[in-house]
This record gives sequence, C-alpha cells and structure tokens, in this order.
Amino acid sequence: MADMTADVAQMRGSQEKLTTADGKPLKVALAAAQARSKRRAFYLVAPLLFFVLLTFVVPIGQMLHQSVYNPDFVYKTDVTTKETTPIMVNLRNWFDENPRGTEPEEAAYEALAKDLVVLREVKAAGIAGTRINYERSGSRSLFTKSARKAKKLEAPYKEALLDVDDEWADPTVWAAMRNASSAYTMNFYLAAIDKARAVDGSVEAVDEKRKLYVKLFMRTLMLSILITFLTFVLGYPIAHMLATLPLRYSNLLMILVLLPFWTSLLVRTTSWMVLLQSQGVVNDALVGTGLLADENRIQMMYNQIGTIIAMTHILLPFMVLPLYSVMRPINPSYVRAARSLGATSWTAFRRIYFPQTIPGIGAGALLVFILAVGYYITPALVGGADGQLISNLIAFHMTKSLNWSLAAALAGLLLAGILVLYWLYDLLIGIDNLKLG
Amino acid sequence: MTDTAFVEFDRVQKSYDGEVLVVKDLNLTMPKGEFLTMLGPSGSGKTTCLMMLAGFETATHGEIRLDGQEINNIPPHKRGIGMVFQNYALFPHMTVNENLAFPLEVRGMEKSVREDKVRRALDMVQMGAFGNRRPAQLSGGQQQRIALARALVFEPELVLMDEPLGALDKQLREQMQFEITRLAHDLGITTVYVTHDQTEALTMSDRVAVFNDGVIQQLAPPDQLYEEPENSFVAQFIGENNTLEGRVKAISGGIAEVELHDGRIIDAKPVNVHNPGERTRVSIRPERVEMNTARLPEGAHTLEAEVQEFIYMGDIFRTRLSVAGNDDFIVKTRNAPGQTRMEPGQKIQIGWLAEDCRALDAA
Repeated sequence: MADMTADVAQMRGSQEKLTTADGKPLKVALAAAQARSKRRAFYLVAPLLFFVLLTFVVPIGQMLHQSVYNPDFVYKTDVTTKETTPIMVNLRNWFDENPRGTEPEEAAYEALAKDLVVLREVKAAGIAGTRINYERSGSRSLFTKSARKAKKLEAPYKEALLDVDDEWADPTVWAAMRNASSAYTMNFYLAAIDKARAVDGSVEAVDEKRKLYVKLFMRTLMLSILITFLTFVLGYPIAHMLATLPLRYSNLLMILVLLPFWTSLLVRTTSWMVLLQSQGVVNDALVGTGLLADENRIQMMYNQIGTIIAMTHILLPFMVLPLYSVMRPINPSYVRAARSLGATSWTAFRRIYFPQTIPGIGAGALLVFILAVGYYITPALVGGADGQLISNLIAFHMTKSLNWSLAAALAGLLLAGILVLYWLYDLLIGIDNLKLG
Repeated sequence: MTDTAFVEFDRVQKSYDGEVLVVKDLNLTMPKGEFLTMLGPSGSGKTTCLMMLAGFETATHGEIRLDGQEINNIPPHKRGIGMVFQNYALFPHMTVNENLAFPLEVRGMEKSVREDKVRRALDMVQMGAFGNRRPAQLSGGQQQRIALARALVFEPELVLMDEPLGALDKQLREQMQFEITRLAHDLGITTVYVTHDQTEALTMSDRVAVFNDGVIQQLAPPDQLYEEPENSFVAQFIGENNTLEGRVKAISGGIAEVELHDGRIIDAKPVNVHNPGERTRVSIRPERVEMNTARLPEGAHTLEAEVQEFIYMGDIFRTRLSVAGNDDFIVKTRNAPGQTRMEPGQKIQIGWLAEDCRALDAA
C-alpha cells in the first residue's frame, strides 16, 4: 500500500515541470549543459558553411538575379572607376509618362536625341544598343551610328533622326526600348521559352524559324531520360553481379567499373570519336569484315547517336555505384525464402529482390539524369548539330553572344525543371528512400 | 525401412570446388513426423545438407528422396518445403500479413482463403495482433514467430530450420524451443533442424545426427547420444566429458581393463576397441564419477586423485581433480544432505561403474 502511494506521487511528479536538484528547470539545465559542445560543433562546420555560401548559394543567387535584371539600358558602369551614370533618362521619363501603345511624337524623339548625346559622351552606345539588339536584331549599329551623329541633330528631332536612319520609325525598336527601360524584366525568361513581347506588350510566340529553346529543352529532357534508362538497363545486371560475387572478385571488377574515372573526360570522349566516326575503328571493322559496304558507313558521330553512346558510357558508373551499394547488403536468404515459399525465380526477383533495390534505382536515376541534363563537353564534341543540349546553348550565350541574362534565364529554367523533378520523385518514391551508399 | 522413409539421403556427396568433399557419403532416412536435428560444429556439412534438401545446392553425387520421389532435379519452389532461416528473411518491404500471404498468393489461392489461412497461422504463433506491422517494427522473438508462421502457413509436410534461434537471448530461446517442438508435434510435420547448440538439439529432437567433417558421427535419440556416445568426437561434443588415455590390457566379460600411462588400471566398457594392445581414450561423464568408493561393487578399480579446485554452483558442486596426469578431471556432485565439500590439495579415491566408462577410439 505504501509502495502504491509512492508510485502515484512519482507519477504526479512526472507530469509537473521537472527540475534539477537545485531547482533549475530541467530543460534550461540541459540546454546550458549542451551549449558548449553545440558551439564547438558549429565552429567545426562553420568553414564549410561559409564555403558553401560563398561558392554555391551566392553564385546561384547572382545568376538567378541576372536572369531578371539587366541594367545595360539604364546605367553605364565605368570599367575603371566603377562609377555608374544613369543613361536614357529622358526617354525613360517619356516612357513613364506615356503608356504602351502611344505613338512616339516629337517629344519622344527629342528625349531620344538628348539621350543619344549622353550615350556618346559616356561611350555607352554600344552596350545600350546591344541590349536592344537582344530583342530586335540589327539595333546595335542603329544606336552606334545615331550616337555618332547625335550632337549635330537639331529640331525637329523626329525628322532629323529619321534622316540618320529611317529604322527609328519602326515600332519594334520603340517596343524594345520600352522593354529595356526598366532594369528588372521577365523578357529573358520569355525569350528562353521562345516567346517575346509584341509591340502592344502582349506575349506572343516568336517566328517559327527562330524557335529554338523549347525544342532544345525537350531534346535535352528526352535524351536525358533515354540515357538514364540505358544506364539502368546496362547497369542493373552489372551491379547485381558485383553484389553477389565474393568480395575479392567484386572489388577487382569494381575497379573496372571505376576505370573511366581515372582518365580525363576529354580523352574518353575523344576515344569515342576515334571509334565511332565514319572512318573510325567500328566502321572500318564492319567494312573490313564485309558486313557493310564502303559507301554505307554508319554515321554514329556528330549526331544524337554519338551523344547518346558517349554519355551513356560516361554516366554508367553513376548508376552502378548506388545500385551496388543498395544490392550488396541484401541478404541472399530473402530470395531463397521466396523460392522455398513457392515463388519461381522470376516472381522472387519481381516481388522480393527488385522492390528492395528501388532506393538504389532512384538514387542512380536521379544522379544520372541530373548530370545528363547539364552535360556540356561530350555533346559539344560529339553531338554535331542535332546532338547539342541546352547546356551547349547556355555556354554559347555565356561565351559567344555574351547575352548573360538569357544564359542565366535558360539555366534558371533548367534549375527549376530539376527541382520540379526532384519534387515529383519525392512525391512518387519518397526522398528518404534515396540511398547513395 | 524404405517403406516408412519420408526423407531419404542415399549416398549423397557434395563438393563446392571439386577438391574437397563437404559432405561425404551421407545416408539418412527419416520417417514422417520425426523431429530430427543436425548438430555439429561450423563447417561440418550440416547446413549444406539442409540446403541440398531445400534445393538451393545440388548434390554432387547420390540421391535425395522426398516421400519416395527423387527431388535432385526439382527446383526449390516446386518442392513444397517450408523453411525458417537464421536471420528470419522476412521481406522488409511487406507487412506481416503480406509476408504470410506470399506463399499462398504464388500458389494462386483466392483472397478470402488467404486471409483466413493467414489469420489462423498468426493465431497459431500468438501474433494475431501484429498483422499490419512491418518486420522492422517487431522484436527478434516476434520476427522469429512470424518466420515460423510463414513457413507453416502453406501447410508443408516438411519444414527445415536453419539455426532459427541463434539470434535470440537465452530466455527467449528456451521458450521458442518449447513452442517449436509443440507446434511440430501438434501439426504432425516432419522437421529437420540445424543447430550448433547441443542443448537445443537434446531438448527438442526425436533424433539427433551429429555431424563432423562431412560425416554423420552418430545418429541416435538424445538420451542415447549423451549416455552412449559411439566415438570420442561425439563424447567430447555432447555434454561435458572427462577423458583418460591408455592402452587396452584385456577384454573379458564385456569389461575392458585399460592401462593408463602411469601403469594404473581402470575398468571400462569396450565400445570402439576390440583387441588387447589397442590404444584407447576412455570417456566418463562428470556426474558418473563416484567419490565414495565404498558404493562401488567388489573388485572395482579405483584411482587416486588430488583436489585442485572446488566450485560451489548452488545445486551442484563442481570439483576439479588431478587424475593420472589430467588436471582437468571434473566431478559433479549433487548438493545433497551430507555431501562434504572438498579442500584443494585433499587426496581422495575415485572410481566408477565399468558401464559408465566408455573405451572409445584414440583419435
């Protein structure tokens, strides 16, 4: 009886707030006791945290910012002094006062003429013209030519400017300038999905001839899916064999799987070129053995087939490794149990073995797919015209056309697409089912 | 014998590498309903035998018959043998119910029949409330019960168990030993049980086959195995045992006189020895050594022994003696009224009945 009352008292006590022996609340005491070790743990991870912030979050953030921000028609930044001068002030004021669709009258041309003088002074005509050129080709020379003659222009400015170049009467020039007049714009994203703003400001599809990006996104998606599937089909049996062999053999074979990592990506890609080109080893062998007529050499390089073959080979280890790491610990007694319970070997595989490898398939597929979607060197070298992927175009805009905002918008769309896929994966399979090793 | 044989190994041999025989000339017949345990140290070939019976290993030579039919070439899923694995092998991605329904499903049974059978199987192992759990949510003992229920749910006539209790703690193991034997007898199934735990083998089985080196050393009911080991391996492997080495001096009237190294004579029952002059190892159980030599029959030989150590174990006393050069000679005595405690250094006389001391092969 005495025991029971003690128990009841203890139970009541446990429902009240627990305190330490000297009356401090237990939670506070616990936090204080752990604070030191938590702080020390934070100091240990802090370098990595800053490194990741600096090298990952900041550049991506900046890239995403650049995709919606282009100040080339708003500011001129001096390269040496880092001084920024506002440009096109008068014209931007006119755009603010007059809604879209207003016919540019004398006041507008006067503003433009004054701004062209400023452009000439700060040597910004080329940059501002390039910005307009992104939306309407041929505009850069219009700007540089007009800016050169801006000082001599006199009222009436409309006629004077049209004298310089009658393209100034083209409403698309004015629409493009209105678009560029604010540094923040979604137009690069529109361009990235083959859309543009019409003169009246509505969104419309660009010419059939100039449509490019959507097709490339789709091609990238389809090729990536195909390559992911191929690596799965080729990698699953290898991974299974590696996982079931005794460790000393499987380690040796694993080295063979990893061997491609030891050679440079460029070397591997180039060796595929040696093998697959029309005068290459494979074709020569086929012709030499008489399987193929000399004039019927198969075109396996500089097209999609080349991209698919080379990328499947290069990405295969990324599928095999997660599969292997998931398959290795699967005890063979599961399949044996299934067999002893009456399942055929196919049923045992389908119902028992395969479901247990899904985390590895998911991880491998996600890894290969994400790598494939962003792949650059291999398609650039072996892809030819129809084997190019979206990343090749991003690179083109980064290095050749120097339209960084469009490159950033394309990359931003790619990133968004991958995030959507990731989310879908989480929805369908569950991200906690992902097993990389 | 062949008429009643349900499981039959007929001159079965097995080699994995073509150089070493893991199972050498195995002959074994089991009647229906028997609980037979294969007992032996690891690498003795017992698990290989079980795997050959289940169909996961093929016999290199010889025939395995089940109910009179040769099964060497029948794939495992057509043998209809239930099996319980060492690590239970419950499918981790399925619930308990799905695990149990699996063998019924692959046999094409209807859903209502399946549910009924699954429920009955779960009730049989007192796990009726756990049908919707995943294996990972169960304790080791509970998983063991489920594995047992799964092996029985499709009503096989033969069930194989490969060290099923190895991962459980002692108390749970004893409880499960009892439950498995009860189920096996109630359902009338024939069971082949593999273990390296001799207690398990002795308490559960109708017969025990002691394996060593790919050969059945002795196949006998537990009591016979313990009390009448046929060779020194079995004598050593089963239970505790004292051995003394010597040479047979004479055999007469079913009693062998064995001369020990120091020239002293003891009485033994000749088991593996036939002629005077043969080397032998005599074996005697610690509880059969008599320290009160007055109780021995007239003319029995006795030996002098020196107490080395006296261990109090509650119900028994364990006395370690030095006898004829063997410092590890153990004697167990019951903690009975009037039993005296020995002191180390004390000199005593010991002896035994000739039939309790078995003269075995010298190996």
